[in-house]
Formats: sequence, structure tokens, C-alpha cells
Amino acid sequence: MSGYLADVAALARKDLRLELRARDTLPAMLLFVLATLVVFHFALPADAGDDPAYGLLWVALVFTSLLGLARAWVPEREAGALDGLVLAPTDRSAIWLGKAIASLAFLAAAEVVALPAFILFFAPLDAYALAGVLLASIGICAVGSLVSAMAAASRGREVLLPLIFLPLAIPIVVGGVGASISEEPGKFLAFLGLYDAVFAILSWAAFEYVVTE
Amino acid sequence: MTEAPLVRAQAVERRYGSRRVLRGVSFELERGGALVVTGPNGSGKTTLLRLLVGLAVPSRGTIEVGLDRARVGFVGHEPLVYRELTALENLDLFGRLYRVPERRERIGMLLERFGLWDARGERVSAFSRGMTQRLALCRALLHEPELLVLDEPHSALDGQGAALLDQELEALVLQSTLVVATHEPERLETVATARLALGAA
Amino acid sequence: MSMTKPSLTVLASVAVVLAGAAMAMIFFVAPEDADQGLSQKIFYVHVPIALTAYACFGLAAWKAFRLLTTRGDRYDLESYTGVHQGTIFGALTLVTGSIWAKASWGVWWTWSSNQLVLFLVLFLFYCAYFMLRYSIEPGPRRERISAVYALFGVALVPVSFLAIRLASDFIHPTVFTRDGPQMTGKMFAAFCVSWAAITLLAYVMYRVELAGKRTDANLRELREVLAS
Repeated sequence: MSGYLADVAALARKDLRLELRARDTLPAMLLFVLATLVVFHFALPADAGDDPAYGLLWVALVFTSLLGLARAWVPEREAGALDGLVLAPTDRSAIWLGKAIASLAFLAAAEVVALPAFILFFAPLDAYALAGVLLASIGICAVGSLVSAMAAASRGREVLLPLIFLPLAIPIVVGGVGASISEEPGKFLAFLGLYDAVFAILSWAAFEYVVTE
Repeated sequence: MTEAPLVRAQAVERRYGSRRVLRGVSFELERGGALVVTGPNGSGKTTLLRLLVGLAVPSRGTIEVGLDRARVGFVGHEPLVYRELTALENLDLFGRLYRVPERRERIGMLLERFGLWDARGERVSAFSRGMTQRLALCRALLHEPELLVLDEPHSALDGQGAALLDQELEALVLQSTLVVATHEPERLETVATARLALGAA
Repeated sequence: MSMTKPSLTVLASVAVVLAGAAMAMIFFVAPEDADQGLSQKIFYVHVPIALTAYACFGLAAWKAFRLLTTRGDRYDLESYTGVHQGTIFGALTLVTGSIWAKASWGVWWTWSSNQLVLFLVLFLFYCAYFMLRYSIEPGPRRERISAVYALFGVALVPVSFLAIRLASDFIHPTVFTRDGPQMTGKMFAAFCVSWAAITLLAYVMYRVELAGKRTDANLRELREVLAS
């Protein structure tokens, strides 16, 4: 068990180290989410009120994470490192978990910028909304890491990842928006927890089959 | 009584869609032997090696290797490393994943043996092709594999590197089983115990 | 064709007969709905089609599961055909649902029909299945990735349904309620015959498509062998 977690930690550390060195994905995500929020300001009519803004926050988060996820497996593909990981005695699910944790770290970093910006530009966020962001981010990174590996195995057309990710992200958006604007946010937070549990377990179990023959 | 062969392939076939890359390949390799695989380009050498280490599965037939992943080492066409990590970081990561005992010492020893010690803190993206190949060899040898599978290992190396590799192979064949795909079978004359020539697909 | 499986022609004939019987029952036996009139008849076609789509996706997921756990050769094509049929019937669900919405409420689309919205999400998901599948080289990799995706699909069904139910709280107040109609005996009978007909039709289509795909694959293999 400790070996498994040690593997996951080593793999997640590797991703953090790579990003700190290259510094290309995270700045792009930060800029993208800010730019998107600004676009949304112009996309909303003046008398729209707060509710539509919350909806757009979630659109911004989902599309920003897509940006990060599209690059998630690039280091593994460059010189065949993924084969190296698959060959190792490591549990293949640990590869997924390490990547998901690292992706979550990057998404969280983007949110540290995005959320204050949102509060500044649009509307306040209460504890329920923030809890929603946390739970949704977990779900996005869990499913996203697996789905992004699927897309990476294909003949690299960039539009494929959004196509296979967005239908799976719809429940996340529902949960997140609900947590932000509904009268009963607890219901939606519970739903997000359910989504995370179901799809994290599914991704954890299925990853092996995505990277092996 | 002879022990069971370490590697046994029977009527192995591999197709990609409708394109058949390997057809009806059968062989056995006993422990401690060295199999040299030759054949023109496109004859499926790379595919066969990937089947051996488990990166691919046969479309038909069977391949049995009496070892688990932790005891197999592989050098393919790609170095299987992270380009933006340093040599040391790469080996440290794989050393952890393979649970290599006395990791730091072993890494240091391998880097020195393959002449990469001075470059250990440089990113792989800054390496020459020969250096990258040597790092790939370090990575494959890190966990002292019982079966070492090499796909045209000399191709990326310069004269000095190739000579170094030949020395290594002569030493390795005493402790491990080897499978080497190569365009230069003469280099392995002294170590080879079995030969397999793949025909054009 | 094995002797134990009923021949395809027999099944197809039965399906046609059943479909005819269903049509007859829908128009002549089942009473006309007081509110919606003739347009309500679409229900007898729309709901079975939706159920059949679900069944196809479920079948595809089961075959996918078998593929991943047993490495059998046949499951990939069976799973793929299941998804394909499911997508066809899913598209038909959307179309018949839209027609019904237009006939009942005057709009071609409404977000307050949970069923319809769910199908839209699933339709998107399974269309992406084909994009994913055809951008990967044929081989074990493609089979496994397709199988995992098909499994994710069935997990998505209940989760999406729940999401849409929750979402209806804040998207629209439900103006148009469409509960499953309380069915009288005759309506239920007509519904069952229609459902049987559509299910059988789907099965026949599945078998035909699967046979076609298998023949294709065998042909390609033969050609390969002959070319060498």
C-alpha cells in the first residue's frame, strides 16, 4: 500500500516539477480564464443579474481545465515515457492517480486566480459555491485524466478531447451551478460527491485498459 | 533435466487492422541465452520485441515469458524517458517505480559506466542522440533485469558508445537473458546463442 | 447461422407482423387521448424507441465489459454495433420526442422534458464514441478504449438523469408536465405490442449489421492472406 502511494507521489511530483520548469500550461490557463471572464462580461446583458454569471463561471472553469487536460499527457508522449511507465511494475491506476492529482493542483492554481477575479467582476461566492468548485475540480481531473489519455492514443486531432469530455462534464456543471445559486445547495454538493465517487472509481479501475493492449 | 524455456513464442501473429506485420513466428529461448533477431525493415522486429515485453499483444498465437514486469528491461526505438527532466531525475523516478535497492548508488554507478555522470544534471532535451540512447540503457539496466530486450541498440550510438555497449552486452549475457534486434548481427557473434531471421512481411 | 438461433428471416418477418399489429392497435384499439388527441399516439412509438435505445447502450456496455474481462474476439464488433444501434434509436427518440412536443405543446424543443434532455446528452456522448473510435488505429488498443468509453456511457445515464432532475429546479419551472400517462388496459396492450415490435426490429437490425461487419472483417483478412 505504501508502495502504491509512494509511486503516486513520485509521479505527481514529476508532473509538478515538469510544469514548474516549462511554465507553459499554467500561465496559459490563468490568462485564458481571465480573458474568458472578461468576454463573459460583454456577453451578458446589463440587467442580467447574478445568476447567469454563476453559470458562466462554470463554463469558464470547464473550458480552462480542458486547456490543461489537453497538455496533460504530452510529456509522456514526447519520448515514449508512457511506455516506460506501463512497463514498470507499478499499478497502472497509480499512473492515472498521479496525473489526476497533478492536474488538480494546476486547476486549483488557476482557480486561485479565477475565483477572486470572478468575485471582483461579477458576484460573491459563498461557502457552498466554493465547496462546489472543489468537488467539481476533483471530478474534472478524475475523468479528465482518463479521457485525455484516450485522446492521446488517437491521431491527435485537438477537437477530440472536448468532444469526449464535455458530455461527461455536463453533470459537473449542473452540480456546480446548483451549489452556487440554488436554495438547497446541499443537494447539489451531495450530487457532486456522488459524481466524483462514481467516476473516480470508474476511472481508477479502467485506466489500465486505456494504456495497455 | 532441462528447465522450461524463459521465453516461448508459438505461431505469433500480429496485425494492425488488415496489415499483417508478423506471421507465424515461433521460437524458444532458454534462460541465460541470447537471441539475435534480424530482418529487413518492416519485417516486424520492433513489433516482436514489443510483444515480448508486453507493450503489445499478439493477434494470434501466444507468447509466454516466465517473468513479471519488474524483472524485464527494454530499450526500444524511443528512449522512454522524460525530455524535460534531467538524467538524474529520470533515473530517480524509474528507480523508485522499480523499487531499486540502494537507488542512488546504482544510478551513480550506471551513469558513470555509460559516461553520463558529468551530464547528470542536464535535461534530456539537451542530450545528443547517443547520450539519450545511453540514458535509455541506464534506465533499462537500473533494476538488474533478468531479461533484457533491446531494439537496435547500436543504431543511435557513435563508435565509442557502440564499443561500450558491446562490452556491456558481453558482461550482461553472463547474468541475464538477452533478446537483441539488430541490423549488425556480426557485433553479437560472440554472445549469440540463438538466431531468428524475420522475413519481409 | 447456428441451428439453435432462429433464422434472421423468421425474426424479420415476425417483426414486420408485430409492427403491423402494433400500428393497428395504436390507431384502432387504443382510445384517443382526451387532451392531446391524435398526437398522443406518438407516445406508443416514442417511448419504446427510447427504451430500446437504452437497451442497446446497455448491451454495448455489457459486451464491452466482456471484452475487457475475457479478451474474447467477438465482443468488440458486438459492442460497437450496440452503440451504433443505440445511437440510431437515440436519434429517433429525439426526433419523435420533438414531433410529440410540437404536436402537444407547439414547440419543437423543450428543456423541461427530462427524458429528452437526457437523450440529447447521451446522443452527444455516443456520437463522440464514433469520433474517438475512428481516430485510433484498428487493433487491441482501439477495442479497449472503445469498450471503456461504452462503459462510461452507462455510468453517465443515471448520473445525467439525476443531474437533469436537479437542474430542472433552477432551469425552468415545469410548465409542461408530461407524466407517464395512466394507461388503461387497451392502451397498455397497444404499448406492449409496439414495444415488442420495436425491440424485435432493433434486434434484427443489430444482427444484420453485426453480420455485415463480421463479413467485412473476414473479407479483409482473406484478402490479406491472398495478397501474401
